[in-house]
Amino acid sequence: MTSLTDLGVAAIRDGVAAGTFTAVEVAEAFNANVAAASALNAFIVTTPELALGAAKATDTRRAKGEALGLMGGVPIGMKDLFATKGVQTTAASHMLEGFVPEYESTVSQKLWDAGAGMLGKLNLDQFAMGSSNETSYFGNVISPWRRGDGGNAALAPGGSSGGSSTAVSARLAPAATGTDTGGSIRQPAAFTGISGIKPTYGRCSRWGIVAFASSLDQAGSMARDVRDCAIMLEAMAGFDPKDATSLDLAVPQWEAGLSGDLTGKKVGVPTEYRMDGMDPDVAASWDQGIAWLRDAGAEIVEISLPHTKYALPAYYIIAPAEASSNLARYDGVRYGLRELPDGAGLQDMYAATRAAGFGAEVKRRIMIGTYVLSAGFYDAYYTQAQKVRTLISRDFAQAFALCDVILAPTAPTAAFGLGEKSDDPLAMYLNDVFAVPASLAGLPAMSVPAGLNREGLPLGLQIIGRPFDEQGVLNAGLAIEQRAGFAARPEKWW
Amino acid sequence: MSVDTATVAKIAALARIKVSEAELAAMVPELNGILAWVEQLGEVDVSGVEPMTAVIENHLRLRADVIDPDPLTGGGKRDAVLANAPAAMDGFYGVPKVIE
Repeated sequence: MTSLTDLGVAAIRDGVAAGTFTAVEVAEAFNANVAAASALNAFIVTTPELALGAAKATDTRRAKGEALGLMGGVPIGMKDLFATKGVQTTAASHMLEGFVPEYESTVSQKLWDAGAGMLGKLNLDQFAMGSSNETSYFGNVISPWRRGDGGNAALAPGGSSGGSSTAVSARLAPAATGTDTGGSIRQPAAFTGISGIKPTYGRCSRWGIVAFASSLDQAGSMARDVRDCAIMLEAMAGFDPKDATSLDLAVPQWEAGLSGDLTGKKVGVPTEYRMDGMDPDVAASWDQGIAWLRDAGAEIVEISLPHTKYALPAYYIIAPAEASSNLARYDGVRYGLRELPDGAGLQDMYAATRAAGFGAEVKRRIMIGTYVLSAGFYDAYYTQAQKVRTLISRDFAQAFALCDVILAPTAPTAAFGLGEKSDDPLAMYLNDVFAVPASLAGLPAMSVPAGLNREGLPLGLQIIGRPFDEQGVLNAGLAIEQRAGFAARPEKWW
Repeated sequence: MSVDTATVAKIAALARIKVSEAELAAMVPELNGILAWVEQLGEVDVSGVEPMTAVIENHLRLRADVIDPDPLTGGGKRDAVLANAPAAMDGFYGVPKVIE
């Protein structure tokens, strides 16, 4: 029998329901993997007792013949951006070190209600700001992947959901939550050879998620295959009156609706994403993806998204602007860190607290955001960016008159080494060039593994769908998954 | 548009972040690099384009006109609200003296 930690969400759920193994056995196996993987630094805190407690409850329900839920018996990792009652929630910042919420985020509560248990809180880029998990106050997450050159250079697991991608890829968890503001689910999924979906903006409640950029932030699922992502997203999604932007729509049965047959579907390939100097392996994997979807029955159409090149600069005005506003709450008064120098007044306390509590990238974004929202610059920067965002959204609407889903690479390269880009903010931002446009337009999008590059590192393909059409995205993802036959996994060194 | 040291110091003051002279000096070229890069948005013809306000069409709703419709976010949570305050006392947030 294969090891329990090689099983995904569906296999665990079905195996527990069938009595092939118990939920407690599953939780113990993953707890052991988590405990043995501290070298990866994927978790900020581990909660083996919570995983076991949920598993015991599932086993008890099964013994009584009760329904076990969508995620019954499945232990998961929780990105440390979700408030979890009684368990430290830090957003990987010094500012929130020691913060123990008195409440549970809507998404995490839904997962517990669906029978999942928590293995621990996963590391991330500080306040979800970063693309390599190098901005965490609690240290870098190390990707379980290494280049095939025999070297042991530490690679980035992607970001901001780098703890999530590492945990799933290294079999520390069958699935994990992520959040995506400008690619933070898709890019780490691509870097580590797993799947991840960001649903339509508003599908998952933002209530209880530490806010970064509220018009962009959206929770989603990360797992080893498309079906597992669909199951977990079903458990996470749904209307929440506590979030003003929550969509009041029924949650579709995405798992039941899965089909890799794309007969009659049109797949758009955006001309503007084929950029000069594109990594040849990434270009080849994109071409392969096009061939796979054609083989699945889809018709391929060229589409144009003319404002693509402006998406990233617009994002780096809008997201920091919203961040500067959202992060104003960290004042040393209500929760989190307080720095009170001798003789300091209230204003000095604010400034000292925020200087000590925020990392360099967070400060940089707050500063940019403060500047672009300041008197005299607001229209030139912020209003202009929001107009460009309208045009980007319009580009997609026009493209979706010609196609059902869009296929593109997830990231411009495979995983890079830790430290390779951390000195150059712009080089780091460019990593999200293919991911950010869909975020700005609030569209559902996912990354699925497509293969390995010449260095032996995973590459992802991205599918972007119409608003509310997660099913179309998942189905195209499944069609790729069925043809890619991606079975590579990192060799255990940790 | 580019920023100088004095402007960055002003931004830091507006953002309530204490920065040292050395940090200021490092931030000026960094911020200028980012600002020069976002400047390309000025090329885009946005005449007649409305700025985005909602990415997905949605309607703001009113909650039911009842007290504490949701026990989680309703009132009567003083101790829970103060539980993580760095200096709570007597049911209040504590702050340094603000009136001389």
